[in-house]
Amino acid sequence: MTSTTATGLANAAKAMKPRRPRTRRGVELAMLVFAVLIALAAYADVGLARSQEVPPDILTYGLGLGALVLVAHIAVRRFASYADPLLLPCAALLNGVGLVLIHRLDLVAPKSDNSDATLQLAWSAIGVVAFIVVLVIVRDHRRLQRYTYTSMLIGLVLLAIPSILPARFSEVNGARNWIRFAGFSIQPGEFAKILLVIFVAGFLVAKRDALALASHRLLGLDLPRGRDLGPILVAWLVSIGLLVRGRDLGMSMLFFGFFIVMLYIATERLSWVFIGIALFCGGTFVAYHLFAHVRERFEIWLHPFHYAKTSGYQLVQGLYGFSSGGLMGTGLGKGRPDLVPFAKSDFIIATVGEELGLTGLMAILLVYVVIVSRGLRASLSVRDSFGKLLAGGLAVCLAVQAFVVVGGVMRLIPLTGITTPFLSYGGSSLVSNWALIALLLRISDSARRPAPPPAPRPDDAATQVVRL
Amino acid sequence: MNKPIRRVAIACLLLFAALLVNANVVQFADAKNLRDKPDNTRTLYAQYDRQRGDIVTSTGQAVASSTPTTDTLKYLRTYSDALPFAPVTGFYSIVYGATGIESAENSVLAGTDDRLFVRQLTNLITGRTPQGGSVILTIDPALQEAAYKGLAGRKGAVVAVDPSTGAILALVTSPSYDPNVLSSHDQASIQQNWKQLTSDPNNPMLDRALSQTYPPGSTFKLVTAAAALSSGGYTPQSTIPAPNTLPYPNSSKSLQNYAGETCGNGKTTTLIEALTISCNTAFGGLGQTLGEDALRTQAEAFGFNSTFSIPMKSATSIFPSNLDAAQTIQSAIGQFDVRSTPLQMAMIAATIANGGTLMKPYLVKQLVGPDLAVIDTTKPTAIRQAISAEVAAELTTMMESVVDKGTGTTAQIPGVKVAGKTGTAENAPGKPPHAWFVSFAPAASPRIAVAVVVENGGGANDATGAKVAAPIAKAVMAAALKEQP
Repeated sequence: MTSTTATGLANAAKAMKPRRPRTRRGVELAMLVFAVLIALAAYADVGLARSQEVPPDILTYGLGLGALVLVAHIAVRRFASYADPLLLPCAALLNGVGLVLIHRLDLVAPKSDNSDATLQLAWSAIGVVAFIVVLVIVRDHRRLQRYTYTSMLIGLVLLAIPSILPARFSEVNGARNWIRFAGFSIQPGEFAKILLVIFVAGFLVAKRDALALASHRLLGLDLPRGRDLGPILVAWLVSIGLLVRGRDLGMSMLFFGFFIVMLYIATERLSWVFIGIALFCGGTFVAYHLFAHVRERFEIWLHPFHYAKTSGYQLVQGLYGFSSGGLMGTGLGKGRPDLVPFAKSDFIIATVGEELGLTGLMAILLVYVVIVSRGLRASLSVRDSFGKLLAGGLAVCLAVQAFVVVGGVMRLIPLTGITTPFLSYGGSSLVSNWALIALLLRISDSARRPAPPPAPRPDDAATQVVRL
Repeated sequence: MNKPIRRVAIACLLLFAALLVNANVVQFADAKNLRDKPDNTRTLYAQYDRQRGDIVTSTGQAVASSTPTTDTLKYLRTYSDALPFAPVTGFYSIVYGATGIESAENSVLAGTDDRLFVRQLTNLITGRTPQGGSVILTIDPALQEAAYKGLAGRKGAVVAVDPSTGAILALVTSPSYDPNVLSSHDQASIQQNWKQLTSDPNNPMLDRALSQTYPPGSTFKLVTAAAALSSGGYTPQSTIPAPNTLPYPNSSKSLQNYAGETCGNGKTTTLIEALTISCNTAFGGLGQTLGEDALRTQAEAFGFNSTFSIPMKSATSIFPSNLDAAQTIQSAIGQFDVRSTPLQMAMIAATIANGGTLMKPYLVKQLVGPDLAVIDTTKPTAIRQAISAEVAAELTTMMESVVDKGTGTTAQIPGVKVAGKTGTAENAPGKPPHAWFVSFAPAASPRIAVAVVVENGGGANDATGAKVAAPIAKAVMAAALKEQP
């Protein structure tokens, strides 16, 4: 047989077999290198602006960050080889840029807190460890469904602890959403959000048929039966509880937001969304009239400059920061982001706006868009309902969180204290978001992983010929 | 479940679209509005973030400089030799803005000037913090000190000019203030000091050399003499009427000579003699003969009724209009509504010293970039030929006579010919007159022209220009002549 015929047959054989999806791990690696390079360039830029030299430790820093993402990458290769190639690089980019911004703010911070970047780097390492642990332990996301109620229990306990603890163990800057002991502090809400997404996904998979049942139509909407309203009322009560007891407006919105969206995905009924919005508006209205701190947030939102010297100082300073950044920004290290209180945590996006400008801010926002869209992509393509709900819930979680904090700082919506995923200083947020990305990777891996190949047919002679 | 997921994706996109639109509003559409908010301290901090350039005297001594600090405002503005130089440097305050050279040359000092653009562009690329450029003054610190010391805390002003260029060698006001107390970083103390300075009855922040006008009195006779000589009808030796009293037309009052003195023979005198002894009736009559318009034309040629920018704007020296005969007579001897800044009087002396050419007075010799490269050097410019060279020479002779044997003998400097003119200007009934002296030296090749005014003669009842002002002018001229040309 001639070689031409052999090649022809081989091509025919290839065409006959279902195309095996590429793992795209090479793309991921290339994008990771790109992300690390961006972070390092930013780091060098800060050094040049502040002390006219490339920081001498840039190599150590680069190797550190590089090693971190490389380990994460190898873990993905090993444990989720078909996972989405963009999620990890996007998370690494945001984490890296966040580190540089915190480092930049360290340089102008008082001595007492000028090593936050180092601490954040340590938290990034712990985050990556959490990321790997999730990938290793959760080999199949469907197994999480077994822990539906366990997740609920742990999640609610985590949410409740700060409200139960005495204020001195749980209150930071007026919000009771922390657990603080022995110089250590965590925000349990950040971990609770993942657990509660798992719970809601599991719960809805079990109950979706009942919830999707409609009993009466009103104004073109299929309204659910009264007794099916139970779960949504519980979720509503929990978020109102967060708002009232913990004064945690951000978490409250986040929690209720993903719950409604997941309910909608599960039941395909818009009526749930309207009921949810109605409940949220009602709750907010009542809270506005009952609680001074909620009213104050709205007041500042509507008339920030009226409170420019008092309670609105932070918001107004943030807006001044954005405006001084303009289109191109002042350049890293050349603005005055330190004039904004909490620039490292809640208001880090104001530093982005000031020093990287509108351009940089939009780029960062688009990175979030990429993460969210890749998450929803995984949700669309994964085959099981639980996976769809889980991926959808987690992606929406990130979207709502980014929206709530950025919209709050830029005065699109009332300001709520919540961290900017991956950018803000804070260990809890960083670790939980790395775990969240790991879950999305796991689901995308199972969405893209080809089904095990069928057993070869015994009379598949053509392939034998090619092997010769 | 895919349909709702797609819808959720669209909803998420809409959320982010809202954020992007909002970002464009805050950072672009509304940015200017936010930047201009009065309580937005960023604009201010941006200026304090970079090292502001120095203000340096002609001999290289920095009188204003910025030193790094450890507080939120990175640089502190400090003034050395603060009191004598205050009217020149002005202050630079986070609460009250800036005055003087600090304000007039702010763009160079702050480093935002277009002429520094290329350098700042390089800084942008290399990442170096931009720095301000320096302003080199024409002020000679020795003269500035001599003048400030000469005034000795009395209210008044001294202006010294290089006649051939218009460069201002000394610009002193007294009493003065310390700009350091307004340029600190402590808002409360700045406000406290400001309150104290602005409520001080002696008004120490008023720049008397530039912003205050006084009746010039007899020093204005130089303008009247210039008008007469320029008319072609007179020489210094021309005989003019000099009665003991000159009755005002249509009035029962009349003009007296100083202390009822007699000029010449009591009936006539020569023009040079009239100036030498500062004869009021002779110049009053001369002014009446020449007329209001001739006087005004001559005064305006010297700079009256307009302002000088040095670059700070001076007050307008005034020669009034629509005068009746009596007012013309009074105006001719620098009374009635004639008002002059000390700078204006110095420029008259300088013009005579410079062969009749009025030079544009200036305070800034050079602008220097942060890298010490010269950005701009002021070229002396002539404003106009105010009087002919012949008239200038005749006036010089007459002014020499004043110092040699007339009212200005107190300004004599051994070995140097000094040309000068005294003035003792009535201002308010019952108050001592303002003491004036304008002069230049050496008379043959002048290097310095000076005008001195001491308000109300410093309080002495028998104060005259000769007694109070001339010694100050002499000290400043002597200090200038001591230096090598």
